[in-house]
Amino acid sequence: MSELTVSIGPQHPGAGHFRLIVKLDGDKIIEVNPDPGYVHRGEEKIAEYRNYIQNIPHFERPGIHDSSNMLFAYVQAVEGLMKLEVPERGKYIRVIMAELNRIISHLYYLAIYGIFVGHSTMFMWPMGDREHFIDLAQMISGQRVGFAFLLPGGVRNDMPEGVKTRANDACNYFEKRLIEYERIFMNNPIFENRTKGIGKLSKEDAINLGVVGPTLRASGVKADIRKDEPYAVYDKLDFDIPVSKDCDSWARAWIHIEEMRQSMSIIKQSLKDMPSGPVKLNLRGQVRAPPGEVFSRAEASRGTVSFYLVSNGDMNPYRIRLITPSFRNLIAIPHILKGLLLADIPPVFWSLDYWPVEADR
Amino acid sequence: MNGSTSNVFVGKLSEILEYSVKDPLRYIVNWGRIYSLWPVHLETACCSVEWGATSGPRFDIERWGMLGAFGAMRQCDVLIILGTVNRKMAPRVKTIYDQMPEPRYVIAFGACAISGGLYYDSYNVLPGVDTILPVDVYMSGCPPRPEEFIQGLIMLQNKIRASKIRSKKYVRDT
Amino acid sequence: MSGTPEIKQEHPKREKKIADNIAVKLKKDILDIEIKPKRIKVKIKHQSIKKAANYLKTVLNLDHVVSVSGIDYPNDNEIEIVYHAGTYEHKDLSDLLVALVYRIPREKPKTLTLTDVWPSTEYDERETYEMLGVIFDGHPKLEKLFLPEDWDDIPPLRKDFKNPGR
Repeated sequence: MSELTVSIGPQHPGAGHFRLIVKLDGDKIIEVNPDPGYVHRGEEKIAEYRNYIQNIPHFERPGIHDSSNMLFAYVQAVEGLMKLEVPERGKYIRVIMAELNRIISHLYYLAIYGIFVGHSTMFMWPMGDREHFIDLAQMISGQRVGFAFLLPGGVRNDMPEGVKTRANDACNYFEKRLIEYERIFMNNPIFENRTKGIGKLSKEDAINLGVVGPTLRASGVKADIRKDEPYAVYDKLDFDIPVSKDCDSWARAWIHIEEMRQSMSIIKQSLKDMPSGPVKLNLRGQVRAPPGEVFSRAEASRGTVSFYLVSNGDMNPYRIRLITPSFRNLIAIPHILKGLLLADIPPVFWSLDYWPVEADR
Repeated sequence: MNGSTSNVFVGKLSEILEYSVKDPLRYIVNWGRIYSLWPVHLETACCSVEWGATSGPRFDIERWGMLGAFGAMRQCDVLIILGTVNRKMAPRVKTIYDQMPEPRYVIAFGACAISGGLYYDSYNVLPGVDTILPVDVYMSGCPPRPEEFIQGLIMLQNKIRASKIRSKKYVRDT
Repeated sequence: MSGTPEIKQEHPKREKKIADNIAVKLKKDILDIEIKPKRIKVKIKHQSIKKAANYLKTVLNLDHVVSVSGIDYPNDNEIEIVYHAGTYEHKDLSDLLVALVYRIPREKPKTLTLTDVWPSTEYDERETYEMLGVIFDGHPKLEKLFLPEDWDDIPPLRKDFKNPGR
């Protein structure tokens, strides 16, 4: 038996700094050891030196693609401790920004998937279509990426005129594009050969390892925080959770496309049902949480994001523990890659949607 | 001719030679370098999102000669640091820079690469990548807009256009 | 909103029933139980952590752990370890989280691992080891995860470690 140890990373095109130490027997993988930590910035320690408002740009940076979803869990934790009730219009705008972020993040996932498989059209098309949704987000919040738009007590400001027509145009255009994506990418024989039946994660393993997000839903478990523990106005909206029983990499990519359809339907409903009124509470002075602790969760585009906040009444939090979806899915990587061929690593690894900055925080 | 006029004649001749051969040669060599820049990008953190958008269809960086292609570092000439460099990654960044052939240029993209940015007081973050590498162009922002990247790229091209043919030798502290 | 507003008069029924079952089974090991909507916090003695974890997994069917956190209390000279466990299989308990809390002394932070009960705690316990210095006996691979290989300072999340310049 000829055993060879290969180190893949930390610098490689696409998907950030992350090292895999792979033990090979010829072409077959025997064992994989992940080696994270090349983008560890010490978020949890820095959070103890910043107050609750200064922490907002910090906590959206790990998962910059879906910044509103990461912040959703944080502001709900702070509001839970302070017993604040957000106005209705603020909740609807939060949901619209969260779903816009979900579409933006899923399109980035598809674009990088194209690069990893070698399909350069699949890099250009999502990157171009993504610009429509980034334009919408820029119209509402003023920034292209990393808006820091959610605050404890509401959102920063109200939406300007013309968002509704522009959003409806973008959604109508993109729904037709999704059909083309399925034709050139999902039903492409080369892509199917590389991903169908490869990288399986069975239902029992998915539950025992505690994975989250599309990885979990592709293994047949219908779990989504928006339906299990509804927050904001998700209990008033009508949407579905796509689930697949195939458990392979193709199913994980398919779920991303279906979730984008549901997100567009949520955005259209919210724009129609939104009441008028204030968008934030008038909190005079600094935001300061009373002593206590709280555990809040939200559904980001890669999975469940959780915050465990312990406060002792100071200006700064005493301890914030941030669990991101990529960190929860890290345990699935050695499990899935065992027994595959070396050339299977790019499509299977990226189908788990592992973003190293999010896992390292 | 006596001594002084022959000196002046030789001086004038060498000047004519210099203007007729060396300058056009330098112009042609630098023209080739400017419009075929091939980057190695260190996709660290959040700034990599804007790099992806810049090489996408709307802001198309390939119009100015920089490929969005992903090459091995031994055939690239530009190293783009996209985001935060931390203590575990710093030796690897130096290794990548050492592997590139000369002439090579370094772009520091984003506030974290310039000075540590939002994480200036973290225990694990370098205060700027210019503590370990010589940087040519700084692009500020958090993250910088794609238009900023295009302006920075044109600044780099102007810098290359004005440089000598022989690349500069930096003193390496190994 | 998740698990946060306080009920003034009485506790919610489902959580009260589960908390009563836990109190009956683990009688003397429990120091305190706190009940909020969708969140139950059980404070136990350090020695009975394995017994409590097995009870939660087998009887209550909490099949995975959402987070393992370590909190440093230098004033009490203790470190608090918190396990938040939830379930995917049982749909009527899908929004419930049970927190197992215990404290260990700060000078000798040694405890038992729960990776044989819940496999999803492997990387969380490794991170708590390197960030707070807590040693988990029986863990399959207790090494550094995020910090650089040549880190020689005290564990960063302890309160006596200050960030540079602070």
